[in-house]
Amino acid sequence: MAEVLVYVDHVDGAVRKPTLELLTLARRIGDPVAVALGNGAADTAAALAEHGAVKVLTDDAAEYADYLVVPKVDALQAAVEAVSPAAVLVPSSAEAKEIAARLALRIGSGIITDAVDLEAGDEGPVATQSVFAASYTTRTRVSKGTPVITVKPNSAAVEAAPAAGSVEALSVTFSDKATGTKVTGRTERESTGRPELTEAAIVVSGGRGVNGAENFGLIEALADSLGAAVGASRAAVDAGWYPHTSQVGQTGKSVSPQLYIASGISGAIQHRAGMQTSKTIVAVNKDAEAPIFDLVDYGVVGDLFEVVPQLTEEIRTRKG
Amino acid sequence: MSLRIVVTVKYVPDATGDRHFAEDLTVDRDDVDGLLSELDEYAVEQALQIADEADDAEITVLTVGPEDAKDALRKALSMGADKAIHVEDDDLHGTDAIGTSLVLAKAIEKAGYDLVVSGMASTDGTMGIVPALLAERLGVPQVTLLSEVSVEDGVVKGRRDGDSASEQLEASLPAVVSVTDQSGEARYPSFKGIMAAKKKPVESWDLSDLGLEADEVGLEGSWTKVDSATERPARTAGTIVKDEGEGGKQLAAFLAERKFV
Ligand SMILES: Cc1cc2nc3c(=O)[nH]c(=O)nc-3n(C[C@H](O)[C@H](O)[C@H](O)COP(=O)(O)OP(=O)(O)OC[C@H]3O[C@@H](n4cnc5c(N)ncnc54)[C@H](O)[C@@H]3O)c2cc1C
Ligand SMILES: Nc1ncnc2c1ncn2[C@@H]1O[C@H](COP(=O)(O)O)[C@@H](O)[C@H]1O
Repeated sequence: MAEVLVYVDHVDGAVRKPTLELLTLARRIGDPVAVALGNGAADTAAALAEHGAVKVLTDDAAEYADYLVVPKVDALQAAVEAVSPAAVLVPSSAEAKEIAARLALRIGSGIITDAVDLEAGDEGPVATQSVFAASYTTRTRVSKGTPVITVKPNSAAVEAAPAAGSVEALSVTFSDKATGTKVTGRTERESTGRPELTEAAIVVSGGRGVNGAENFGLIEALADSLGAAVGASRAAVDAGWYPHTSQVGQTGKSVSPQLYIASGISGAIQHRAGMQTSKTIVAVNKDAEAPIFDLVDYGVVGDLFEVVPQLTEEIRTRKG
Repeated sequence: MSLRIVVTVKYVPDATGDRHFAEDLTVDRDDVDGLLSELDEYAVEQALQIADEADDAEITVLTVGPEDAKDALRKALSMGADKAIHVEDDDLHGTDAIGTSLVLAKAIEKAGYDLVVSGMASTDGTMGIVPALLAERLGVPQVTLLSEVSVEDGVVKGRRDGDSASEQLEASLPAVVSVTDQSGEARYPSFKGIMAAKKKPVESWDLSDLGLEADEVGLEGSWTKVDSATERPARTAGTIVKDEGEGGKQLAAFLAERKFV
């Protein structure tokens, strides 16, 4: 069976969930060969093998952290040349998309970004994309070269499928462009202790209606009662009530959880672009005309300062 | 020496309009009003600020797009850019991101540049890959997705807020930069700016001006193929209740029924 390269998104060896989802999709097309780069690369092997990687190519040169994007493109290109894969799958993070694009150009291949599903086809893998703020679904193929496809989080289930996952060192020669953009400083983001926004099964978001940073505690309490991640609309972020890393929408994170709860959010097209593919959507808004109600499975027209605390309380009671 | 800045701007269908596909499965650009992609306004703004800080700078705005794309150029000129280049050619219809980056790169090289400034993503395609592709094609550093940017003594510096960390970046010019909507509000064109824009030069180039052949771009030259585009069925109407004091409890009951609680 053909091999499929999977680019591994990991933090110091801890594999992020979207990469495990990619392995599920990769197995529909061929045998997944994972490529893990940077600090802790080899530590990813156990998790990758557990989910179907037949091989894990690793390299932990310092260049991956010290310079932007290009060293990783060099490595992925080396992996493509070593493996001659049927496709290259990459998670749709901002950085990985840039890596994928440059790789595609170098190897003379077409690229599809932000796929939400993937299946094998007669003429190569067929990607499903959700476009125009999720109002259209397209099916797209790469018609030239080795398909390079970036896939959004939550596009497939994580499935255990034990495979060999043997670690092999990837030999990489860096191009003369590799050191062009220097990373001169890095501040790691502090963990909130809550699930990662893009990976969470439940997302609880607040918007302008939350009316102040101090009131976001209500949203957080609801999130914690459900084990959910916290999101925010751009209006809430621009007002400085919640960090930009939590913004949901076109210029923030795109989420696709099992359940999305919007409170005090009107449902502008740019917000919908980032949450419309959520499985179940519920909203609390005091304006019965708010466009968010067009999307909901269940909506409460009311004051969030009444409804949200009662909801949190009731969930806690039911959970005992 | 003058700092030559090229800002790439895209003309896109209005996101609040009823966007759809044409019969050949390309984005329908006729039925919906177009405008300068809002995310490229941030690129124009940062270019203007960089130019202000430089002793001597010239800003060229560049678009690849249909006839109407001139509107996007006019808007950027009225914000304060100095001149514009419009790459327009019937054979460009249906060009994908890889092809667009080819045309843009050729035009940027022809125009001459020290710094390219792009938006973080186009509001219609939302791929966010053209700036990286430009850097690859031009063979210069990419300093992308910046929420803060400055240029001094031939060096561009910026802050990139990534998923797991915030990074400080640095590269020598020439370079390709892209900026996010966190980089600072874009200015509104003043009346004076709008009047001045009418007199600013807009050059038109076609494929032959760039030494490109028709089969390198357009639908034919595209390295991807859209097989189908289907309108997503409207979500089935949900239950909407008015809170009469029990709204939170009712919602909890719904969540329990769906097994979330
Ligand atoms: C290029 C571009 C990119 C953008 N990207 C994004 C993006 O990524 N994400 C994003 O979210 N937006 C984005 N926006 C902004 C978007 O257009 C909207 O302005 C924004 O989503 C509005 O946020 P909101 O719903 O919180 O605020 P509003 O639209 O002001 O809505 C607030 C809602 O709260 C309700 N409310 C008020 N008080 C209460 C109360 N006590 N109880 C219950 N309900 C209450 C109101 O009825 C109202 O419906 C973008 C815009 C542009 C131009
Ligand atoms: N047709 C175009 N003309 C000019 N600039 C473009 C065009 N397409 C994309 N760009 C630039 O590339 C950025 C990212 O676009 P994209 O990769 O398509 O999301 C945009 O913000 C623009 O700066």
